[in-house]
Amino acid sequence: MSSRVLMKGNEVIAEAAIRAGCRHYFGYPITPQTEIMNYMARRMKDVDGTMVQAESEIAAINMVYGAAAAGARVMTTSSSPGISLKQEGFSYIAGAELPAVVVNIVRCGPGLGGILPAQGDYFQATKGGGHGDYKNIVLAPASVQELYELTVEAFNLADKYRMLVMILGDGTLGQMMEPVSYRDAEQIETVEKPWHVCGTKDKRQHRTVQSIYIDPDDLEALNDKLQAKYRTVEKQDTMVEMIGCEDAEIIITAFGTSSRISRNVLRLADDLGIKVGMIRPITLWPFPSEAIMEAAAADSVKSFLDIELNAGQMLEDVRLAVNGRKPVHFLGRTGGNLPTQKEIIEKIRTIAGR
Amino acid sequence: MKKVFARTRGLTDKPFHYCPGCTHGIIHRLIAEVMCEMDILGETIGVSPVGCTYNNYEYFACDMVQAAHGRAPAVATGIKRVHPDQPVFTYQGDGDLAAIGTAEIIHAAARGEKITAFFANNAIYGMTSGQMAPTTLLGQVTTTSPFGRDAAVEGYPINVSEMLATIRGAVYIERVAVNNFKEISKAKKAIAKAFRVQQQKLGFSMVEILSTCPTNWGKDPVASLRWLEDEMMAQYPLGVFRGGDLEV
Repeated sequence: MSSRVLMKGNEVIAEAAIRAGCRHYFGYPITPQTEIMNYMARRMKDVDGTMVQAESEIAAINMVYGAAAAGARVMTTSSSPGISLKQEGFSYIAGAELPAVVVNIVRCGPGLGGILPAQGDYFQATKGGGHGDYKNIVLAPASVQELYELTVEAFNLADKYRMLVMILGDGTLGQMMEPVSYRDAEQIETVEKPWHVCGTKDKRQHRTVQSIYIDPDDLEALNDKLQAKYRTVEKQDTMVEMIGCEDAEIIITAFGTSSRISRNVLRLADDLGIKVGMIRPITLWPFPSEAIMEAAAADSVKSFLDIELNAGQMLEDVRLAVNGRKPVHFLGRTGGNLPTQKEIIEKIRTIAGR
Repeated sequence: MKKVFARTRGLTDKPFHYCPGCTHGIIHRLIAEVMCEMDILGETIGVSPVGCTYNNYEYFACDMVQAAHGRAPAVATGIKRVHPDQPVFTYQGDGDLAAIGTAEIIHAAARGEKITAFFANNAIYGMTSGQMAPTTLLGQVTTTSPFGRDAAVEGYPINVSEMLATIRGAVYIERVAVNNFKEISKAKKAIAKAFRVQQQKLGFSMVEILSTCPTNWGKDPVASLRWLEDEMMAQYPLGVFRGGDLEV
């Protein structure tokens, strides 16, 4: 049944996963995302699925590896310190080309840091984190509705590319309640998995799922294959939202929670006679470099303002895309603090010189 | 000519890469033979570890998944939860299972995970060329205990079977050896029993198999077997630690 309900972001992620056909969830408690696991513990019973509370995040991601190798739609969720522990598993999942969905409801760091929202895991999520040359698809929702849409999409993308897809949220998105409209039924894009382990049934050669290749040519062939796949993802599945970028003088770049705050500022700037647009990457990897390059080439655009809940991470990708054509300014808050609309407006006025 | 012995179809034709006198090959054959005799080869999914047997996915003729170091019981848990009616086993050495993977094996046992662990204990790290393992005996010389393992500095060996036997979810735990025909025969029976325990969904099962490492022990194969009997068995007595009275 299609329905509109008021739900907490974390619970929407869990419900969306189940609607997307996920019947196997492995997790370990950590604030601010534990509601996902609690929800799974109750709901998996209704749908004949399994929720295993693992002994550690390391065990949980390796359970994901096993379940994915066995052909299941599978998910684990955690928050920053727990995601650090899972990085080994991410690398193996990439090497073995397994589909899996991982949610990181980011909290502030480094170290144990705090439990308040942050975006300090951008580098870790988009540049690797684990060892070796690999990429994960990283989705950055900015509302509870989008948590639902992108969680479903994450499972489809994971299967399509045999890749790990990460939802990079933050404590604000996970903890907030917003209305969410569920579709009657999900478009589950089922794919054949001729590589998964299920027993030979004495009818075929045995299969192996592995990430080890001792022969350098074999390993290079795997790396070439992965890189070719990543180029396809970049071409086919880069997602970005552009708001009021035509004739904009300043373009804000922001994702997730920082884009929500920034969105409200666009009208306030307009009232002051400063035309501000926003480019919001929905996929952090692949990064929408082209959209930013095009904006940087426009005569009307005088400068960029990157806003993040960190000390400047996506900023580097924005600068690479702008490639020196226009100045790129930065406003960031850390420690779990959020930039206020007033702070952003003041920054815009300083940049605009009025 | 009458054929009296043949290579089991539970193994592929790929030649083993193991050193002369190493007993991994015997253990592989026993597991493969049991899978064939129980007619579960086509259903079974195995998990390879990190260590000398990292690539035994090339040897076993069943479906196999290669795991990160120590994580085989977690990987096996994921597989088993997806295919609850199919046998799932891990094959792990002492570095993999008793050092880096201690948490995973204990909690797989505690959950009563319906998997079987085959634990080859040779008291040393083989693949990385002879470092001290948690199972290294007191006084044993390794590259990282070059003066012999000293309890005051390097602590004591871990008896994994005895430890896991304290956990209720572990329903069958036996330690065997493959040093002579009699023990090999007993080892095979233990492997079959562990699979039956799993088939009947009774809980976690593990067979610890005392194994040799002539290369890193610095002994010839015969002296290695003697050292296993004289020294290892004193620290690691053979026997059933849990589930001895289980009729399966």
